[in-house]
Amino acid sequence: MAASMSRCKLRILLKKYDNRHVLKLLSNSYTVESGYQNNGSSKKKTHFGFQSVTEEEKEEKVYSVFKNVADKYDLMNDAMSGGIHRLWKDHFIRRLNPKQGTKLIDVAGGTGDIAFRFLKYACTENNGNLNDFDFTSDFSAEDFEMPDFESEQLLGNQEHTSHVTVCDINQSMLEVGQGRASQAGINQGISWLKGNAESLPVQDNTFDAYTIAFGIRNCTHIDKVVEEAYRVLKPGGRFMCLEFSRVPNPLIRRVYDEYSFQVIPVLGQILASDWDSYKYLVESIRQFPCQEDFKTLIQTCGFSAVTYENLTFGVVAIHSGFKL
Amino acid sequence: MKQAVSYAKYSRFRSLLKSKDIRTCITQQYSSESTKNEPPQDDIGENMCDEKYPGHRPTNLFQKVLLTAGSAGMSLFDPSRGDMIATLGDVTAESALRYMKTKMEQDPVGKQILREKPEINTRTVSIDYLGNLPSNTFGKEYWRFLSRHGFSPDARLPVHYVDDPDLVYIMLRYRQCHDLFHTILGMKPNMLGECVVKWVESLQTGLPMCTAGALFGPLRLGPKHREKYMTSYLPWAIRNGQNSKMLMCVYYEKQWERDLQELREELNIEPPPEIPYPDLD
Repeated sequence: MAASMSRCKLRILLKKYDNRHVLKLLSNSYTVESGYQNNGSSKKKTHFGFQSVTEEEKEEKVYSVFKNVADKYDLMNDAMSGGIHRLWKDHFIRRLNPKQGTKLIDVAGGTGDIAFRFLKYACTENNGNLNDFDFTSDFSAEDFEMPDFESEQLLGNQEHTSHVTVCDINQSMLEVGQGRASQAGINQGISWLKGNAESLPVQDNTFDAYTIAFGIRNCTHIDKVVEEAYRVLKPGGRFMCLEFSRVPNPLIRRVYDEYSFQVIPVLGQILASDWDSYKYLVESIRQFPCQEDFKTLIQTCGFSAVTYENLTFGVVAIHSGFKL
Repeated sequence: MKQAVSYAKYSRFRSLLKSKDIRTCITQQYSSESTKNEPPQDDIGENMCDEKYPGHRPTNLFQKVLLTAGSAGMSLFDPSRGDMIATLGDVTAESALRYMKTKMEQDPVGKQILREKPEINTRTVSIDYLGNLPSNTFGKEYWRFLSRHGFSPDARLPVHYVDDPDLVYIMLRYRQCHDLFHTILGMKPNMLGECVVKWVESLQTGLPMCTAGALFGPLRLGPKHREKYMTSYLPWAIRNGQNSKMLMCVYYEKQWERDLQELREELNIEPPPEIPYPDLD
């Protein structure tokens, strides 16, 4: 029985990977094993934008980037994308299509853009008509009114209320988000958690949905983040990632690159007094894997039915996978 | 048509299935493939060669134009953004810095400054020492200027956008000496005083940011100050900007104990129209 199960798994894997790939995997496995035996304390190098740094340094540097940009984060997002980032996030939530009672964890969600949109969407009665999503003008306390239950039911029936846990490694970003929430009068259905996406302080099989928007490229180990997502999702749960990606069209890619490298650091200096952080941000976009590679990585971590959708000519992509 | 897998391969693969290594392998492979697209380790240093000195931010003409317009606009919109004025200064300074370098090289003290590259910050000059100097000295007047307004010599921003490394020190020296210009000219750091200092700097250094400040700064003056400016301060500024010795060629670090009036006479600077701090400490 066990042998036939293993043969079955092997056949599935071999369908995915041809012989050459299998041999490469096998040879890699031996390299990995010997690597662990020989140098347990070697400092692995990674990228920070276009610089080469150790993994410990990367986490610290990314932390200080976001600490510096936190106050002007929303202003800069609007300036850099001409407000289009709002449309991307609206579309992302529409794709997630959360129903009432969904428990969402939004990782690297510091300033709360996704969380507020989720709450508005999940609590809105008429889910079909969601044209106006400009959260600065439209988000108000009425948008977040919970369904009208009897009070005893409400106390006992927490499953029917949508809830979002906003998790971020950076305290400054969380504070900006909390400030925005209290300004908009949002005080229920949301909680704030400081934590590292690579090892979430959350139990297994807790959430219906996991989102990470424009955060995963800043993490040191993308594969660990996706593995953690798999762990904390309930069976049937959905992983969704909104991230900058590769533009397939070479002409548009050229224009986009010129804009990114020439204009964005200048905007960062003028609006936020921070050239270096925004130079890092545009470089980090180029270091992130392309749509297909990221899809493969998500599949490798155990997710099924993995798809991606390009927005704005591939400047941004939404990846989605299910824990089945 | 798939080739058959040999038993040896199959048994090794079975052991892989039991461990988590398979995921590590695939992600390692992904990460090893992606590192092929990165510039190799040795070339990272060469990419940084675009940066000619620590803190250098290389910019092309298009970026310089954007930075000029953006920083000029932002400094008018929000005058507390000192970094915008510094950026505007950096980006537009190239030819003026060359002129300043030529003039400094023609003066013996200027040449010494360019050779020794002294810097004015709390590591090189002690605020307490300045505060303990006699009341009529240049150093004590500078101390008065700093302590009255809560300034620090460390607050001057580093140079980022000047592309020629030979000119970077001159820009830095200019920035660090700005407060000393206030002291030697006897001008407070209010709008009126700043306009006067900018006039003198503009006439002596030719920096476009100083010229812009001298021409547009007075637009923000209130009626009382505008009257003072038109009647006495502006003519005083132009006279002294033209007649005095080049202020960039003064080795200020050696002048702390000099009598202020004597130093002004040596530099051919008239006493200011109003004494900035009449109540002596």
